[in-house]
Amino acid sequence: MQEAIAFTPQIDASSIARWLWLIPALPIVAAGIISVSKQPRRKLASSLAIGSLGISLLIAIAAFAHVLSGWSHGYAVREVVNFSWLTVGTQAVELGWVLDPLSAVMLVMVTFVGLLIFIYSTGYMEHDENYTRFFCFLALFAGAMLGVVIANSILLLFMCWELVGLTSYLLIGFWYQKPSAAAAARKAFITTRVGDIFFLLGIVWLFAQTGTLLFYDHGTGSMEPLALGGLLVHHSHWGLTAAGAIGLLIFAGAAGKSGQLPLHVWLPDAMEGPTPVSALIHAATMVAAGVYLIARVYPLMSAGAVAHGEAPGTTTALMVVTWVGASTAVFAALIAVAQNDIKRILAYSTVSQLGYMMAGLGVGGVAVGMFHLITHAFFKALLFMGSGSVIHGAHEEQDIRHMGGLWKVMPWTFYTYAVGMLALCGVPIFFSGFWSKDAILESAHGWSLSHAPYYMLVFGAVLTAFYMTRQVSYVFFGEYRGHSHAHESPRVMTTPLVILAVFAIGLGIIGTPAWPWFRAFLEDHTTSVEMHAFAEPAWLMLLLTSFIIVIVGIGLGWWLYGNKSPRAEEPDALEKSIPAVWTVLANRLYIDELYGATVIAFYYWWAKVADWIDREIWGDMVSTVTWLFNHWARLNKFLDATMVDGAFDKGCEEVYNGGGVLARIQNGRGQIYLRLLAVAVVILAAILIWSGHP
Amino acid sequence: MTPLASYLIVAALIFAIGLAGALTRRNAIMVLIGIELMLNAANLNLIAFWRYGPHPELLSGMMFAIFSIAVAAAEAAVGLGLVISIYRHAKTSDVEEMNRMKG
Repeated sequence: MQEAIAFTPQIDASSIARWLWLIPALPIVAAGIISVSKQPRRKLASSLAIGSLGISLLIAIAAFAHVLSGWSHGYAVREVVNFSWLTVGTQAVELGWVLDPLSAVMLVMVTFVGLLIFIYSTGYMEHDENYTRFFCFLALFAGAMLGVVIANSILLLFMCWELVGLTSYLLIGFWYQKPSAAAAARKAFITTRVGDIFFLLGIVWLFAQTGTLLFYDHGTGSMEPLALGGLLVHHSHWGLTAAGAIGLLIFAGAAGKSGQLPLHVWLPDAMEGPTPVSALIHAATMVAAGVYLIARVYPLMSAGAVAHGEAPGTTTALMVVTWVGASTAVFAALIAVAQNDIKRILAYSTVSQLGYMMAGLGVGGVAVGMFHLITHAFFKALLFMGSGSVIHGAHEEQDIRHMGGLWKVMPWTFYTYAVGMLALCGVPIFFSGFWSKDAILESAHGWSLSHAPYYMLVFGAVLTAFYMTRQVSYVFFGEYRGHSHAHESPRVMTTPLVILAVFAIGLGIIGTPAWPWFRAFLEDHTTSVEMHAFAEPAWLMLLLTSFIIVIVGIGLGWWLYGNKSPRAEEPDALEKSIPAVWTVLANRLYIDELYGATVIAFYYWWAKVADWIDREIWGDMVSTVTWLFNHWARLNKFLDATMVDGAFDKGCEEVYNGGGVLARIQNGRGQIYLRLLAVAVVILAAILIWSGHP
Repeated sequence: MTPLASYLIVAALIFAIGLAGALTRRNAIMVLIGIELMLNAANLNLIAFWRYGPHPELLSGMMFAIFSIAVAAAEAAVGLGLVISIYRHAKTSDVEEMNRMKG
């Protein structure tokens, strides 16, 4: 099906690659300017943010076109620009950026979706008094995220990664007056920090083993065969190679950022932030950074298998990625079934879809995971912005039980939301979500180690279709159960929805089995349109499976919730039939409670112990030292006052008196002077005579 | 020939007499006379040392003595002038009472 022609590597940096740093730099500079401008300058803030990201988008498109033209001429474009940041002894800390198909695709996606969300935000945040601050944070986030994307140095990636974490914290806690928002921001920051500690350990280990921070450096970077070979020689504990262990540590960081089990708890709470933030950061871009990171270090993750000529997905590291991803996909989809907050459902859906991406990376490689990342970014941003439009139109109402029948009052929102929902469910042929999810299922089916992930992912897909149908029926169908009058959102909010909806439908075309352009582009080989791929029995089986998944999911959902318009106080349809399961799911499988009872309880206890140690032991030591110094100071004061001062005063007095005595000699009588002179001469003569000098 | 020591002893005696006069007399004129005696004792020494020195053929000692006498004359003139001026001013030539020079 695909001709695996080895492309000529092209490594010399072109001018577009040399100027690639402008893409993250522009939004960061814009954020800096906004941060020093006054609060009422709203127009300035939003136009700076949108303008800078717009220019970044243009540069990103130019970079993408450059990579594309290289690809179509048979070059594997990987242009790196490296430089020494600082030199410590003989070790140089090197930073740099890379332009290759992976970063080019991601750059275009982030800048494009980001730009649409920026524009949408001008409508959504219109009535917020801290509009200026919002755009400052948003621009800073965009810059940091783009920095993660272009980084060729794991250190630069980590710095931008942390900057992304910071802006995520700032934006989740944007309405910090709400205690729940402040708590959610802290939770997000601390939970991701847990993963980042492992990530940092992985970075240090990788640096210690390979001696370089760069991914690609003309043969000496850490993602290139020379360094990877060295990593495979070293074995750490439990039969892992150094490559595998470092890969797992890096995956822990990615799991924190991408909300994988067991570090997913922060992502649903992060919905306390403004909805554009949820769309941009917690659906389309930042949470995808973890997936992107795994794709970036994929040579490391798959190192062992490639060396032994096996399929990439069989290394320990990728096996863990697959299992964690598949478990997250099912687990989060289960919880999403029993949520009533419109954004929380989407949040759990995001966690679940991120699980799909991770599993896709594990079983199928970079192209499979990244394809779902790209399509998901579009339709999930669409869904979040649609939900934002619903919340905006329904006067800050987030509980889906208080909505209903909105399709009549908000037609634009409804139709675009429906597109996003169908894409997320993976409705065959017409929606991008189908093609990307299908590729993951296909790879999972072909995974050589186990078939369990495949069944988990299929089950997750059924659940996805089910909970999305439930949500859409609650929100858009039946009778309106809210109290205030709902209205359609302004044009500035619906236009980005329409654009995203177009992409949610059309984007699938780049990754169909007949024309797997996306995979070919990322994996540096050529491709052609081969319609007969649609007729292959394996693919037809998958198509059938997908059909069944969607029909079962949507059908079950419609049967339980469609057009029912239940009253808000009434228990959920599912709750009536299986109350025990429902309670567990509605309480999010008690994960938060589990953490509360174990990790957090331990920290409280430890904090108390530390407090006691502080008061009783360190406190006493400090007061003893204080007492000693106090008395030492008193002694010094006494010595100073009596001995030092006394001696000095005495000396002064003597000099004064001596002066008085000498002054009496000078009495103005010449004869006295002469006498003294004569006596002095006599004494001098006597000294000269007796000392033997005649 | 008279030995050098004799000249030195005579000069020392004259110097001692001069010094005693300069230190003990209360009349300013007498003090000046004492000073002149000391100077001439020094001149006598100069001549004696020259005459008994390694180069008596050079006239260096003579020159010193003549200079010294000339300077002494000038000094005596100035000293007598001062004494007369003080006498006119204070109607006394008693050095005990001339104590206005203290700082």
